[in-house]
Amino acid sequence: MKIVIPGAAGAIGRALCKRLIARGDQVIGIDRRPWPDAPKELELHALDVRKRAAEDVLRRHRPDVVVHIGTVSHITRTRDDERYKINLGGTKAVFEHCERYEIPHVVFVGRHTYYGAGADAPLYHREDEPPLALSGFPELADLVAADLYAGAALWRVPEMITTVLRVCYTLGPSGDGTLATFLRGRRVPTILGFDPLFQFMHELDLVDALVAAVDRRPRGVFNVAGPPPLPLSTIIARAGRTRLPLPEFILAALLGHRGLPKLARGALTHLMHPVVIDDQAFRRATGFVPKHDAPATIATFTARHPTPAT
Amino acid sequence: MSAWGCRSCTVSLLIDPEIAARVRTLELPFGADGIDPFGVSQRDLAWSYTLLGRLYRHYFRVQTQGIEHVPDRGRAMLVGNHSGGVAVDGLMVIASMFFEKNPPRLAHGMIEKFIADQPFAGMWASRTGQLVGLPEHATRLLESERLLMVFPEGARGTAKLFPKRNSLVEFGTGFVRLALQTNTPIVPFGFVGGGAAIPTVYNAYKLGKLLGVPYVPVTPYLLPLPLPVSLRVHYGEPLRFEGTGREDDDVIQGYVDTVKDRIAALIQDGRGAA
Repeated sequence: MKIVIPGAAGAIGRALCKRLIARGDQVIGIDRRPWPDAPKELELHALDVRKRAAEDVLRRHRPDVVVHIGTVSHITRTRDDERYKINLGGTKAVFEHCERYEIPHVVFVGRHTYYGAGADAPLYHREDEPPLALSGFPELADLVAADLYAGAALWRVPEMITTVLRVCYTLGPSGDGTLATFLRGRRVPTILGFDPLFQFMHELDLVDALVAAVDRRPRGVFNVAGPPPLPLSTIIARAGRTRLPLPEFILAALLGHRGLPKLARGALTHLMHPVVIDDQAFRRATGFVPKHDAPATIATFTARHPTPAT
Repeated sequence: MSAWGCRSCTVSLLIDPEIAARVRTLELPFGADGIDPFGVSQRDLAWSYTLLGRLYRHYFRVQTQGIEHVPDRGRAMLVGNHSGGVAVDGLMVIASMFFEKNPPRLAHGMIEKFIADQPFAGMWASRTGQLVGLPEHATRLLESERLLMVFPEGARGTAKLFPKRNSLVEFGTGFVRLALQTNTPIVPFGFVGGGAAIPTVYNAYKLGKLLGVPYVPVTPYLLPLPLPVSLRVHYGEPLRFEGTGREDDDVIQGYVDTVKDRIAALIQDGRGAA
C-alpha cells in the first residue's frame, strides 16, 4: 500500500512510519520539522503541507490513503494565529488535494478535547455530541474547526472514504504530547479541590489504532481511546511526581513561571472537569484493542522520563 | 514526604478497616488503582461510608424495611420522596444500600451542576459515584447495570417546608421514560423523618443566589443542620412498565401516578411504624 503522512516527523508520525515500513508499505512523509535519522525507506519531504510543493507530492504519488496527523496541540501555548493556520489551514489543504487527486481514503487524526470540559458535560462522549466548551476555551476553536471541516468531507466528497478520529491523550517513551509535557516536571500543578478523570493511551497503541483505521477503512467519525480513565492525582502519583494543588486563580497567575508548564487559560477547565470519550464504535468498526493498560502506559513514560532531580 | 503522602495518612485515620473491606465486596469493575470507569474510588468510598455509617447507625438510627425488594445485581432505579432541605435523604438511602444489602450495592445519585462546580464537593461527589444529573449519565449508568437513585420531585421536593414534610409535590416524568427506554425496574421508597431532622420554616432564595446555591433552608435555630431524630426508609416491591419511552404524555403520567401512589403508601407505612 502507498501511504502519504502529513505530520510524519512528530512522535506518533515517526512511530507510524516505522510500523508501516516494517510491514512493507511504501511511505511518503510530509513535515517541515526535521527528522535527521529517519529510516532510509521513508521518502520524507521537508515541506509545509500548505505549500504548493506538498500538493505536487500527492499528485505525483496518488497514494491509496493519506493519514493527516499534522495538527498541533492547543493546550500548550503556541502562538494563536500560527496554530490556527496549521490546524485549519493544513487540514483544508490536505482535504482539497485529496479530493482533487481522487485519493480513495483519508484519515484525519483529531483530538478528544474537541468535546471540551465542563461541570455539565457528560462522561463518555459519543461521536454525535457537539463541542460544548468553546466559549470557555476559545483556543480550541481551530481544532474544532479542523475536525468539523474534515467531517464535512463525509457528505461533500462521498466517493472518498473519510475517517475522522478523535484521539485521547497519548503517553509513552517519546515524552511527547500534551499530557506528557504536563507531567514532565518534578511538581505537577493541579487545581485545589478538583481531580478530573484523564483518558490516555500508549502511543504505540495509537499507532495500532491508526494502522487499523488504514486497513479497515471505517467511514465516519470515531473516538479512539485506550484503558479506562484515571484521576489526574493517580496519574501524577504513578508517574512519581508531586502534586502541587493551587487555587484556580493562583495557578492562572503562575502559568509559565517558576517551572510550571505554559498552559492556555482555557486549559485550566481541563484540570477541573474531565473529557472522557466512548470508543466502542471504533472498536466495533476496526476490532482495535489496546495492548497497554494504564499502569503499564505510565511506566513506559516514567522509565524514559524519570522525575527530574532538584 | 509529599503532599500526597500526608493526605494519605490523614485519610487513613478516617477509614474503618471493616468498612474498607466491605467496599472491596462491591461488585463494580475497579481497576488496579481502585478506580472504576466512572471515576468511583474505593478509597473515597471507604472514608465516606465510615462517616455515613456513623450518621446512619448512631446519629439518625435509620430504620430500613423492605431492602429485599432491591435487586442484588443488575440495573434498577430507586425512586422516592425528598425529605429534608439538605441531602440527608439521599445520603441515608446510599448508606442503606451499602450497610443493609449483601453484597452491598453502590447507589448512584444525580447531583446538581452547581455542586460539581464547587471545589472539593464536586470532587467528592464524582469519586463516590454521584454524577451530575444528565440524561446521558442516567442512561449510561443503567446500561452498565448500576443502581440509580432518583428523586422525581427534584429541587421542589427538598424545598418542602416543615408542615408539608410528608406530602409529595409534583413529580417529573423523565424517570419513567428512562425506565421504559432502558427496561429498568423501579423500586419505590418512602422516606420519613427528614423533614423533622431539618425543620425548614423558610427557604432563603436570595441568600442562596449570593452563595451560588438554589436556596438556603432556614430552621428555627437558623442553621440547616439536621437534628438527631430517627429516620425511616421503606422500600416497596419493584414496578415494571412495558414500553419504549416514546409514549404520549398521558400514558407516561399514568405510570408516574402509579409510582407516586406507591411512594405515598410507603410514606404512610413509615409514619405508622415510627
